[in-house]
Amino acid sequence: MEKIKSIIEVKNLNKSFGSNHVLRDFSMEVVPGESLVILGKSGSGKSVLIKCIINLIVPDSGEIYVLGQNIRELDQDQMDKLRAEVGFLFQSNALYDSMTVRQNLEFPLRRHWTKEMRDLNAQSAVKEALEDVGLGHTIDMMPAELSGGMRKRIALARTLILKPKVILYDEPTTGLDPITAREISELMLQVQEKYKASSIIISHDMNCIRMTSDRVIMLIDGRNYISDTYENLQNVPDPKVREFFD
Amino acid sequence: MIHLIKIDSEFLREVGEIARFTGRFFSEVIKPKQEWEEFINQCFWIGFKTLTLVGITAFIMGLVMTIQSRPTLLEFGAVSMLPAMVSVSLVREIAPVITALICAGKIGSGIGAELGSMRVTEQIDAMEVSGTNPFKYLVVSRVLASTLMVPLLSSLAIAISLYGGYLGVNIRGNVSWHLYWLQSFGALGYGDFIPSLIKTFFFGFAIGIVGCYKGYNSKKGTEGVGRSATSAVIVASLVVFIIDLIAVQVTDLLGLT
Repeated sequence: MEKIKSIIEVKNLNKSFGSNHVLRDFSMEVVPGESLVILGKSGSGKSVLIKCIINLIVPDSGEIYVLGQNIRELDQDQMDKLRAEVGFLFQSNALYDSMTVRQNLEFPLRRHWTKEMRDLNAQSAVKEALEDVGLGHTIDMMPAELSGGMRKRIALARTLILKPKVILYDEPTTGLDPITAREISELMLQVQEKYKASSIIISHDMNCIRMTSDRVIMLIDGRNYISDTYENLQNVPDPKVREFFD
Repeated sequence: MIHLIKIDSEFLREVGEIARFTGRFFSEVIKPKQEWEEFINQCFWIGFKTLTLVGITAFIMGLVMTIQSRPTLLEFGAVSMLPAMVSVSLVREIAPVITALICAGKIGSGIGAELGSMRVTEQIDAMEVSGTNPFKYLVVSRVLASTLMVPLLSSLAIAISLYGGYLGVNIRGNVSWHLYWLQSFGALGYGDFIPSLIKTFFFGFAIGIVGCYKGYNSKKGTEGVGRSATSAVIVASLVVFIIDLIAVQVTDLLGLT
């Protein structure tokens, strides 16, 4: 198999909602193994960007390549197969309320594994994913019985169950207390290490960004304003950049 | 005037959206790989969990209708017609429509709130990301279950309400079990049962589609979920009456009355 140079590549992406032009010719790429953070103010279009990458939102124009495939040229079946390689951690966790933790984790398997595979391996896959996030004992609990941090971990476990090549995190530490937020950031690093997955992290939590990023892109006015390491960005004198660090 | 035009255009847009949603339902339902497990699960929730409510209501409906009709028939010296009159009313109209209205309230609001909450908490997006077609999993299974369960509930409501009618007849009078059923079924024909059954499939379909449409397209957070549930009940109830009106006209045109 030909080695892919970019895990994700976005070229000249545009997206508007009415008169609100959220993304303007936005371009970026993620290389294998990289952990890229998209930093921007609330409402700057960060979540819209990663939802465009997974095709939950259709952009107005531009190209998006995920694992070498132009997602706008894929049919539904091809898109579903590609989605098995891309994990998505939702800001609200998006755990299915009516299902137990086990059923939540098994849900992605029903589409991508055959019944025989599920019968043989689902239990061990669920167990492994839960142990990776340190919550093996919650397997038969309902999401409503879990704390905010636990729900985030379970949502991450569900993301990991198909062993994705790239994980998209939508504000993973928003709404959590500082200690839990730090634990989630550490967990993201452990996951990165174990699964060798690339990641795009949408965040404005500077601690999380400092801990998890290899590179940071600042999304300002719908554009890729600047891209550099966290350490280098700290020393950029531009007032628009300084706003985030001061 | 401008306000009225705005309301009209919103109403027409809503009707168009529901029509498009229904069209999508038909295009998804003919595609292979149905979610049968979820369909059975929904049949249980929609059918079995509504059974008690429908049963109690139907019993009271039959009983009360008989008790209320008796004095009028007595006045005309036609009290012997009571089982026949009650059975025709219940089978043709009252049991199916009341059952559909109960289902519009319970099932329509339940589906609207459930899907609405799933929409605003991104669970529907999560389903799509995991490679499951959420429309097929959530909408098709619920609409099919509702289409199948409402006629079953309605049939059961007819049976229970007729039994209620039997008790109602015997509160003041004395009609044997055998005679009651003989008179009830003697007044009924296929032209009463079949149109009544057919229209309940439409009721069930409409309740499912409206509930799913409202929930699936829910917006504006928890406030939107509440609105979805409420408007699902209102619109589904209204659609039930419109279908009933059309069904009565069609039955009349076909000479089945």
